This record gives sequence, structure tokens and C-alpha cells, in this order.
Amino acid sequence: MALPTAWPDTSAPPGRVVTLAEHTVEIVSDSGEGAQKCGQIFGAVSAKMGNGVGTGESSPAEIQPPPRTPEGASGNRIRIGSGPVTNWGDSVDLVVAFNEQVLLSRHRLGALSKDAIILVENLWATHANPDIQAAWHTAMAELARASYRIIEVPMEEQCLTIDENPRKGKNMFALGLLACIYGRSMERIEEQIAYTFRKKSEEVYERNVALLRLGQAWAEANLDFRIDVPASKTDAPLVVMNGNEALALGALASGMELCAMYPITPATSVSHFLAEVFEKFGGILHQAEDEIAAAGVAIGASYAGKVAFTVTSGPGLALKTEFIGLAVMTETPLVVIDVQRGGPSTGLPTKVEQSDLLAALFAQPGDAPRIVIAPATIEECFHSVITARRLAEAFRSVVIILSDANLATGVQPFPRPDVRAEWQGAEPDLAPVPVGTKPYAWDARSGLSARVIPGQPGGMFTVTGLSHDEKSKVAYGSGVHQHASTMRSRKLAVLQQMLEPPTVHGDEAGDLLVVGWGSTKGAIEEAVDRARASGLSVSSLHLSFLSPLEPGLGEIFRRFKKVATVEINYSDDVGDPFITTHNRRRGQLAWLLRAETLVDVDCWTRVPGEPLRPGAILEAIRRMINPPPSVAEEATP
Amino acid sequence: MSDLSCSLLGCGIGLDDDREYERSDYEGPVARWCPGCGDHSVLTAVQRLLVAEQLRPEQTMFVSGIGCSSRFPHYLKTYGFHGIHGRAFPVATDIKLHRPDLTVFVVMGDGDCCSIGAAHWVHAIRYNMKMVAMLLDNSIYGLTKKQTSPTTPQGFKTNRQPAGSYLPQLNPLAVMLGATNVSFVAQTAEWIPAHLYATLRAAYQHNGLAFVRILQRCPMYTGAIYERAVKDPSLVELLVHDDGITVPELDAVYRERRGHDPANIAAARELADDVEKIRLGVFFRDETRVRYDELRRPAKVSAATRVALINAELDKYAV
Repeated sequence: MALPTAWPDTSAPPGRVVTLAEHTVEIVSDSGEGAQKCGQIFGAVSAKMGNGVGTGESSPAEIQPPPRTPEGASGNRIRIGSGPVTNWGDSVDLVVAFNEQVLLSRHRLGALSKDAIILVENLWATHANPDIQAAWHTAMAELARASYRIIEVPMEEQCLTIDENPRKGKNMFALGLLACIYGRSMERIEEQIAYTFRKKSEEVYERNVALLRLGQAWAEANLDFRIDVPASKTDAPLVVMNGNEALALGALASGMELCAMYPITPATSVSHFLAEVFEKFGGILHQAEDEIAAAGVAIGASYAGKVAFTVTSGPGLALKTEFIGLAVMTETPLVVIDVQRGGPSTGLPTKVEQSDLLAALFAQPGDAPRIVIAPATIEECFHSVITARRLAEAFRSVVIILSDANLATGVQPFPRPDVRAEWQGAEPDLAPVPVGTKPYAWDARSGLSARVIPGQPGGMFTVTGLSHDEKSKVAYGSGVHQHASTMRSRKLAVLQQMLEPPTVHGDEAGDLLVVGWGSTKGAIEEAVDRARASGLSVSSLHLSFLSPLEPGLGEIFRRFKKVATVEINYSDDVGDPFITTHNRRRGQLAWLLRAETLVDVDCWTRVPGEPLRPGAILEAIRRMINPPPSVAEEATP
Repeated sequence: MSDLSCSLLGCGIGLDDDREYERSDYEGPVARWCPGCGDHSVLTAVQRLLVAEQLRPEQTMFVSGIGCSSRFPHYLKTYGFHGIHGRAFPVATDIKLHRPDLTVFVVMGDGDCCSIGAAHWVHAIRYNMKMVAMLLDNSIYGLTKKQTSPTTPQGFKTNRQPAGSYLPQLNPLAVMLGATNVSFVAQTAEWIPAHLYATLRAAYQHNGLAFVRILQRCPMYTGAIYERAVKDPSLVELLVHDDGITVPELDAVYRERRGHDPANIAAARELADDVEKIRLGVFFRDETRVRYDELRRPAKVSAATRVALINAELDKYAV
């Protein structure tokens, strides 16, 4: 049965229950009022009830910025569907807003569907402060010009009947509204509240549940519509979590024994999870004195025979650069997780970007080959750590995992992993080795070599970041450096030969191939599917390995008339002042693929500080297949 | 581990636990430091210590940073980690956390420890893990050819500050004695081998981070800075105490002695602050300070138990 995807008739008063294939909700408040928690619980419960879920978070970096400002808006968007949902969608169909200014921010960003239902706190309409009253009326007049259905909700008035500090409970009231509208199981929600506030007192739980029920009851009595997004039945057991939780669980499943980190947004919550459980697993979570030390501590652990990782974001990756080079030079296994945010410098701490790709590959003096992989989904976040740990050890290599802020905070259900003991690394073998065993006994063909661990009799040697021979003796001779460099580089070629060519989504040949990496997979594939449904000849390819690249890319690319990457990083747009196809700075993957394949790879990239919308990608696809005349002219050299 | 498995592997080292290690068991290739460099004295004293304590070479670990003195591990036949500038402590941190079976020495120079690695230095003192940290302080950047280091005396001319070093020299002892959770601070000098050895031995026996600053001359650039003290033992004051270091063979030559109880941190700070006099000995020792490596000892958990624990975590996220 094909369900309608949009509200049937916006002009008519809605019926009691409307059944839809999907619907997108956003809770938006001042930062600190709990929109995130409300959205996360709604998303998790929806997933647990069998809906497909894709979420996106947009929040400012500050904890409590000035209230009632568009810049301070903290929003959590949840797209629920009857089938699988891979991304946060194009726009919001129902929004719960705690004040009119944060609502206005969404309206002006074009984030609301044209017939969106708006539930907005109305205390501001009669606020004692005349400026606030005036701001309300101005904003509401602007919103009234659109075709939204606006419902004023006396949130604070209601919450005050239970709690004297409404700032602390409105989010649970809002959750109650959504529970009623979408028919969410109150039992499931209460379980999720208990889990979310597990570190708080029973009293906090009780108050939150009371507010939840209040919201639900208010909606029951006052709202004349309900939305049903039927769940699909699945037999396979699922789990639902965000990307940082998946990374942390993946670290546990891979047998990691040390996580060394320094707090940095949006990576830190990986360590929050580990802080609760890691000791039970025999692991150590070490908060180092700085980002540099965190890398050094992880290298020390790995050198000593334990498996270790460090987790950071862009600025931290920059600081760790020298230690990463040391790990490459000493062939000490190391897993570095980079949960990317907007850059350069401190950039956009809470917002998504895919701008660390080239830094992950190349930021290093000298030649420092390393492995770089990128999970595309929350499920892949989990498995990527297991893969990374194994690769790091098998290849005595640095493995960088590029996650991002979107995966970090997004919630998605996925098949429950069938955890296996062999995912964990082996205990270090401290058996004696023959005297004279070379710590870098490079296999002449592959560059691979076995490690010697301190404590092994017979092996005593000194690792060094200086140029060294197979015995780890400092050696500056040109032959030695050439050979050692060859051996370190060769390992990547060996790995590349073990990889399969990636699978094309859509036809194997056509007018346009869209290439992506990381968290954009869901949005790209949805855009491609929509484009194909409208008759366009477009396919997509998503890369998991960025270093080495998966094999066969050139052959795949040459079957398409045009190849373009879609990425959340900066590129110049041809046609802008001074910008031509010759001086244009391209997206990072495009840059890499052009160099690797000699194919004239184009790109469409944006840095909006939020996940790409499938509709925007679709628009870009249309323009790339049928460029407007001016661009087509310019594009010809 | 049996002798059989060892001979099957063709292992040249016997696994006889009773075997006595000799100095040659610890000696690496000939050191490439300049003739007259204080680093040679430290290397000799360390080798004496290894023999005296009969440390198994495969369970002994030297971690260093960058600089002349950080080449130290290369000249020993133990395990060594010659890392990057200023960052010996971070690398050593988890070697010790996860491998308490290893005896860990950290070797740093003055630029390494007190300048580029200063953040790690302060925090290592606070972590107070059982390790011996040696600051081979020759008051100059030697390997990069005579630049001012934090411990270069004020007015001392270098390639970097040809009119003389601008600022008063950093006092590492005062820094350490002011750091929270400090547990052992000693000072010795490369030109008094008996004192150097006794100090390192006391440091090795300390239950926590034992930090030893070793006053050194760089024969190329700072050969003169301690010249008067080398020639005139009366310019050196030895701190003596039953709980500190006593070196009877020095009694005849080093007559300037001051009784100092290493438990007294206020007195230690006063003595450290007074830089008019070169004082050698244990300034402070307190074995009751908390040790991070003891607080964070990981539990042994089997792979099967881990799988069960992960499944229990996954249950919380189950749909």
C-alpha cells in the first residue's frame, strides 16, 4: 500500500487521524531548554516502535546563550517513516517551538514545509515586557503570511501547575504533545526517560513523567488531529542509538583497552559513554592533559601491546599531527577517531562538516601513509572501529575514522550486531624472540612485519621517529630512507588489493555519477532515487575507504558522461566573481579523485552547518545534468 | 615459559632467572655524544644502577623525547622509545598504566622537559606514577647549536640571545615542589658520579614519580657554567638525612652539608628557591601521595565476558 507522503489537503480542517508514509518533526527551543533530549527520546521511541528514523541536531556551541534569539535556537529534527529513513529529509512538517524567535529562525532558513503544523508556546503574546509582546506580534504576522497551520499552546501556564521552574520541564510537556499526536507508547517513553535521566534522582524522573503526561493530556483534550505513520514489521532484532554511542560500543566490541582523549565537541560524548562502562570491560578511559598527550598515551599503550584509540575533532586532529607521524614512522598501530565539525580553526563546534578529509590523508610533514575510513551510517560507526582496530594491527598502521557531527548526534535503528569474541585483539605475546630479531623485518614484497613488544626477551630495541633501518637503528643513508619509505607505503597498496570495487547505486552507466563519502550517503541516495524516478539517468557511489581508495574507480567513472562529488565541505562555484573552472578550488573528495583517476570530476558542495537536504542535492543533480546555459558556456574552456 | 620453548625459538638469551646480569648485558652501541658530555656520566650511573638492581633488560624501558640526551635509550640494551620533542611523559604514561611489569625510566633534556614539554611535566608530577624521570639539564639547546633554554642563566650569551639571555632562568625544582601531588624531587650533578649514582638509586627505590634533575655541562656550549663548583667543592652543599642520600665516600671532599628532612616540603621549597648555592640531594619525598597507576589498574576481563557485557549494553538500545 503506498501511503501519501504529504498532508492531504492543507486548506481543509484536518481529520481526526491522517495516515502518512512519513512525517518530519522538529522541537526547537532556546539552547538549554531541552529540545535535544525531547527529540532524542521521541526518535528513540519511534525507532523502538518500528518506524524508520533519521534525525538531525542543530544547536549553538554555547550552553545558555541569550534567550529568544534566532542564533540561540537549539533544534532536534526527527524524520519518521513507515520504511527505512536514511537522513533528516528536506523540511519539517510539524514543529514544536518554545518561543516565536526560534520558530522564526526555522521559517527564515526555509526549514519548514509550506503546510507545516506549528505548535508554539503563547506565553509571549501576553508577556509583561512590552518589547517581548511586540516581538511576538511582529513575528506572528510574518509567519501568518505563509500557509502554516499555527496552534498556540499554553505550555508554561500548563507546566506551572506542576513545577515552579517551567524552563526545566517544557521539553517533557512537548514530548507529551508529540506522544499524543503520533500515538507513541507512553510506556516506551517512560522507559526512555528513565534511561535518559539514569544519573539523576528518582524525583527528576517523576517530575519529567508528570510533565509528559500533562502534555499528552492537554493534546488529547485540545488538538483535533492525529498523525499515524504506521510501523513496518521486522523480524530481525534492531538497536537504536546515536553515532557516538555506536563508536563507543564498537570500541568495546573491538577489544579496545584504552581510550585517551581530551574534551572536544562533538566527539566528547563517546567518552561519556565509556566513562560509565569501560572499567567493567577492563578498559581505561584516560582524559589527558591535552590533545597531544592523548595521542601519545594511546601510542604508548599500543607500543606496550594493548589496543588503543584516541577520539577527537578537527582542532584536536591538528594538534595530534606530530604524534600521528611518529606512529606512522614507528609503525605503531593507532586508531584515531575524528568526529568532524566545521572548520578551519575552531569553526563550527556543534555543526557538521566533511572538511577534514585531506587533513586526515595528508596533514603531516614528510610522507606518512595511513589508512582513512569513513562510516556512512550509525551502524557503520559501530563496525568501523572493529575494522580499524584489525587494520591498525595487521598493517602496523595509523587508521583514521572520519565520523561527523551529524552521525554523532543522529539517531537511527539498525540490525543488532551479533557480537563475536574474535573481534577483539589477542593478548600481547611476550614469548622470547631470537636475539637479533628485527623490529621491522619488512617483507620485501608487502612491507608487512611482525611487532616486537617490550617484555619479550631477546627483542630489546629502541623505536625512534628518526629514519631507521630494519633493526630500528638510526640511519640517515639515502638507501635506507628510500627503502623504509617504500615499505611503509607498500602496505597501503597491499590493503587496496584486498578491497572490492564499490557498488554503484543505480545503473552501472549513465549521464551522471554522484560520488559521496561519510554521513551524506542517505541523503545522496534518496536524491538519486528521486531523480531516477523523474527520468534522469543518474547513479551514485559511496566510498568507505579514502586511503587507500577502493579499486576500480576510474573504470566505473568512465562509464558515466559526468562524475561529480557531493560533500559537506567548501568549494568555489564557477560563475562567481573571479572563479573559473581553472582556478576553482574543489571539494576535498573531488580533488582527491581527480588526482587519483585523471577523470574530470566535478563537485557540488555546501557548508551550511547542517546535513545536506536530499531536495537540495536533487536540485544540484538536475543542474549538473542540464546546466543552465550560462554555466554550460563557462564550463567549456 | 620453558627453556625448551626458548631453545626451539633459537633464543640466545637464557631464561635462567638466577643468572646475574653484568654491565655488558645493558650496554648498547658506543654513545655518539661529544667527549666530555655529561650524558656519558649519566649513562654510566644508570648502567651501574641496572646491575645493582639486577633489572631484567627485557622488562626495562627507557622513554625519551628529542635532543642530545634523548638519544639515551639507543645506547642501552633494554627496550627504548625515542619519541618526539617534549612528549616522553605521555608515551610513558600508558606504558606504565597497562604494563606495571615494566620498569620505566623517562629521559629528558631541559628544553624537552621544561619548555616544549612543560604541560606534560606538570601533569606527570600530578599523576605520580611509579617511574624514574631524569632531567639532563645542561642549560642549553645543544643539538640545534646553542640556543637559550629555559634554564640558561640570565645574561648567558647564546646564538639566539647574543647579548645574553634576557630572563632569569627557570627553577625546575621550585616548579616541581609547587606542583600538586609531587612525591620525590632530587638534584644531583654529573661531575660527582658517586652522588649521581646514589641519587638515581634512591629515585629507583621511590614509590611514585621520582624526579631527578641532573646538573650538567655541555662541553661545546656551557662547559663553564659549573666550572667554579667543579673545582671548588665548598660551593656545593649536600643535603643529608637518614631518609635522603648519604654518600660516605664524599665526606672528605664535600664538607658543606646541611641536614634536611625530605618530609619537610616548606623547608624544601625554601632551599630550592635560594639559587645562590648549588644544593644536591633529596629535596622532598613523600610515598603516601596517590599514584594514578594504582588508582587506574585495569581489571582482567576475558573476551567471552566482554561479549556478554556488550550484549548487556546493547539490550539497553534494543528496539
